[in-house]
Amino acid sequence: MIGLIAHNALLVSLAAVAFGAILTPVAIRTGRREWLQLVYGAVYTNFLLVSIAAVSMVVALVTHDFSVSYVAAVGSRSTPLLFTIISLWGALEGSILFWAWVLGLYSAAVVALHRRRPGNLVPYAVMTLLAVAAFFAVLLVGPADPFLPVSPVPADGPGPNTLLQNHILMAVHPPLLYLGYVGMSVPFAFALGAIFSNEAATNDWSILSRRWMLTSWGFLSAAIIAGMWWSYEVLGWGGYWAWDPVENASFLPWLTATAYLHSVMVQERRNMLRLWTLNLCVATFVLTILGTFLTRSGILSSVHAFTTGAIGYYFLSFIAIVLVTTLVLVAGNSERIQTKGKLGGAASRETVFLLNNLFLTAVMLTVLVGTLYPLVAEAVRGVKVSVGVPFFNRMALPAMVALLFLMGVGPALPWGSTTWADARKRLYPPGIAAVILGAIAVIAGARSIYAILAFAFVGYAAMSNLREFWIGMRARHRAHGESWPTALLRLIAGNRRRYGGYIAHIGVLFVALGITASATFRSEREATLTPGQTLTVAGHTVRLKNLWGREEPQRSVIGATMDVLGRNGTVIGTMEPRMNYYRVSDQPVPTPDVRSSIWGDLYVNLMAFESSGANATVKVIVEPFVPWIWFGGLVIVIGAITGLFYGPRGATAPAPTTNPAPNIGRSGTAPVLAPNPAPSIASADP
Amino acid sequence: MKRHALATLAVVAGALCVARPAYAQGVEARSRPSVATVADSALEAQTTAVASTLRCPVCQGESIQDSPSDLARQMRAVVRDKLRAGNTPDQVKAYFVSKYGEWILLEPTMTGLNVLLYVIPVLLVVGGLALVAVLVRRWTAPETTTH
Amino acid sequence: MNWKRAAIAVLAAAPPIALFAYGFSRDPAAIPSPLPGHAAPEFTLAVFAPGEGPLTRPLGDTVRLRELAGKVVVVNFWASWCGPCRAEHAGLSETARQYAGKPVRFIGVLYNDGAAAAREWITQMGGQSYPAVMDLRSLTAIDYGVYGVPETYIVDASGRIAYKHVGPIPPSVLRQWIDSLLPNATASEGIPRAVVR
Repeated sequence: MIGLIAHNALLVSLAAVAFGAILTPVAIRTGRREWLQLVYGAVYTNFLLVSIAAVSMVVALVTHDFSVSYVAAVGSRSTPLLFTIISLWGALEGSILFWAWVLGLYSAAVVALHRRRPGNLVPYAVMTLLAVAAFFAVLLVGPADPFLPVSPVPADGPGPNTLLQNHILMAVHPPLLYLGYVGMSVPFAFALGAIFSNEAATNDWSILSRRWMLTSWGFLSAAIIAGMWWSYEVLGWGGYWAWDPVENASFLPWLTATAYLHSVMVQERRNMLRLWTLNLCVATFVLTILGTFLTRSGILSSVHAFTTGAIGYYFLSFIAIVLVTTLVLVAGNSERIQTKGKLGGAASRETVFLLNNLFLTAVMLTVLVGTLYPLVAEAVRGVKVSVGVPFFNRMALPAMVALLFLMGVGPALPWGSTTWADARKRLYPPGIAAVILGAIAVIAGARSIYAILAFAFVGYAAMSNLREFWIGMRARHRAHGESWPTALLRLIAGNRRRYGGYIAHIGVLFVALGITASATFRSEREATLTPGQTLTVAGHTVRLKNLWGREEPQRSVIGATMDVLGRNGTVIGTMEPRMNYYRVSDQPVPTPDVRSSIWGDLYVNLMAFESSGANATVKVIVEPFVPWIWFGGLVIVIGAITGLFYGPRGATAPAPTTNPAPNIGRSGTAPVLAPNPAPSIASADP
Repeated sequence: MKRHALATLAVVAGALCVARPAYAQGVEARSRPSVATVADSALEAQTTAVASTLRCPVCQGESIQDSPSDLARQMRAVVRDKLRAGNTPDQVKAYFVSKYGEWILLEPTMTGLNVLLYVIPVLLVVGGLALVAVLVRRWTAPETTTH
Repeated sequence: MNWKRAAIAVLAAAPPIALFAYGFSRDPAAIPSPLPGHAAPEFTLAVFAPGEGPLTRPLGDTVRLRELAGKVVVVNFWASWCGPCRAEHAGLSETARQYAGKPVRFIGVLYNDGAAAAREWITQMGGQSYPAVMDLRSLTAIDYGVYGVPETYIVDASGRIAYKHVGPIPPSVLRQWIDSLLPNATASEGIPRAVVR
């Protein structure tokens, strides 16, 4: 019953989005702008209908309505409520439904916030969003229909994928990822809308899309960090990034979006790089679709490719249509969009941004080529090859280290131009910080040149970005006699976009420091212990206390209780690495236990055990600075939020030629962005 | 969290045996301690280095160094044994390639078509730097009258 | 609209689309083995399940591949925890029985499993006609490039691997290969001696 309602809702929603997408050009060409109200009505209707479908699915999951195909596939009476709800995005059909819902949400927000803007930019952007929505609606009533009736109705289902139901972060990472991924359709829609409406030669569209991109970028950054955290907490190898195709797929649009957020500033200030910025917008969207395609089609084998199916051909057609349409539109109109720019001087922030875009693009293309190369090799040489961690570390890390360096140079240099002597003066203090941090790294035992450079550049960029705050605060303190905290707050409030960017930089530096330190100074040991035996790794000692087993409704748990010993041999804590045996899978899911402090984690994973309880094989890893990565993610999000809500004073862009942009994002996106995942997770799982 | 005695563990293991043989055997297979504690840290470092470049056949993305799976552990042991027996890292890798194909290498060899994989990123950066240099020079050319 | 540029753009889009389309014709999980056509790796493994009737090997007896030279050898890697192994078991056992009088030997190599559990499984499955051996530390499995179970290797009379099968092997495939490798057939040309998958 509920399945039927939802299915029909999706059918009507397909009709609504198709109607809206077709009506838009008709309304504009025939000059009947009042018809656009119908288009906007279709957007709202679509959102309502997809919401009905999504809510129906949640209800069906929670009530264990196994007559619905998706529930029969991923539901189980023994799965805890939370994991039952989040299995909405645990498998293919549900995640497509969730995607369609997020897209409906974004489209409705775009209409609500921008529909009063005169001109054809917004209608055409809405048309683009509707066309994308139509694709997902087709999937939902066709190959990815989650509401197929099941007969006879099974009494119970297998439950969600075990890797997905083993950790609370699965409630956080996928929604963030979808909010980031899907949100990138909006800047893309504005870019295409600008071409359709002949407004691509202005800066208007990029001013409109900038905040949407920043919103999505914030979500995607948080999603990537949450995904790393999940990988760290669930996969049991003590790492957080494996350059896996699906990880790469989330990283690629992040790189182009980051490049966009920088190049758009050059576009706004100097009226240049317009075509390039538009290309970044389009590329970001194409990369999100490509990422979904790689994840969902099973075309590249991957640990994360949880779902496969004939749906791949639909995605292939969609990618082909998107690629051809956008390339034709962009290339065909490139001459009109291109601008002739002028720089104030070579020693300027603009130059650094060009280099930043170069390296971000280079990293993106390197990762893209590496990810797709196995397909190329098979097509050309007929041989299966792997491209994994060693390749990506060798080829992508140098450019990423260069980016760290540029993060220090950019903020120190002024817009426009300066003399080389002045530039040297400005770059002097960061240089000292770089030498100090690099030296500390060498003394601590770092030997890899990239590690040493990474530490040095983290110091360099940290000093450079912090100095911007310091200089501004000092000026306010002296000029207005403000107290230091007041000066800081007013400084940020006075130019949120700029200081939001610096805050995000500092967040990235935390992440970079965490990654570099944990990769450089990690130590691990594996040993088979009998109860009472101890294992010491890098000054941390654990002692096996006992092994235990426990039955839970959806799984059996085998765990080892380990005492953590202090310097004098006293017990300072206990850890319980476990192995979870779910009913639906042969493979146990490792559940390492992590004990965090500011300076790093003690990570214990149960590798094997004697059924009699006589011994347990554990892997103990000391991972310095890993919590800094998660904290950095939080700082990045704070930076994104800060940069999102700038008032008129902070607006550095020239005033738009038409109406000033209405309060973009103010009411529509704030509530969605506000709850940050990080703090709640830390306490949720022991 | 409630602690259970070993008796409970045995009960759980027993329940696993009856209800889901598959798990129980997985348990039994996993329960054999297979990693010897090796004093020679140089050998251990070399093992880690080689194992990090070999792909775990049963986990698809991870290296045999990172994977906690049984086969990966056993392959690590093979790497260690072969290194201890005097094989060079390249010989050890060649052994695995002869058994599993080029697929087992996480980093493709720099030969043939694979060279592209290494050349393209370098060309991108070098070409990009040249392009940026040209653009900056052009955009800051002296005839500039405006800022 | 500059149609010349647009056309170039379409051409640029073609290779990636073609690449993705090609990707669909491939199974990412299928990794061709380099072993067929090469000498089968030697092994010396102890019997833990004796087999039945004429194919029996005493418990604890050592099976050496070398000693089976001149015979077609079917080496099947399996485990009791492996689901698909159940599907192929009856066919393997029955085929082995059918070829009992010919120079053909079947050997089950246990992969990452315990002897007790494996014996229990054999009983559950209604017995196994051919003997099974224990591969401690999976040295033989790694030598054969095993990446999952079940996998079956067919070794010809000269000791070369003729064929590797991934997943449950159908009896028809098994018979076809054994027949083509038996001495009376080896004389005729045109029979694939080494074919990958």
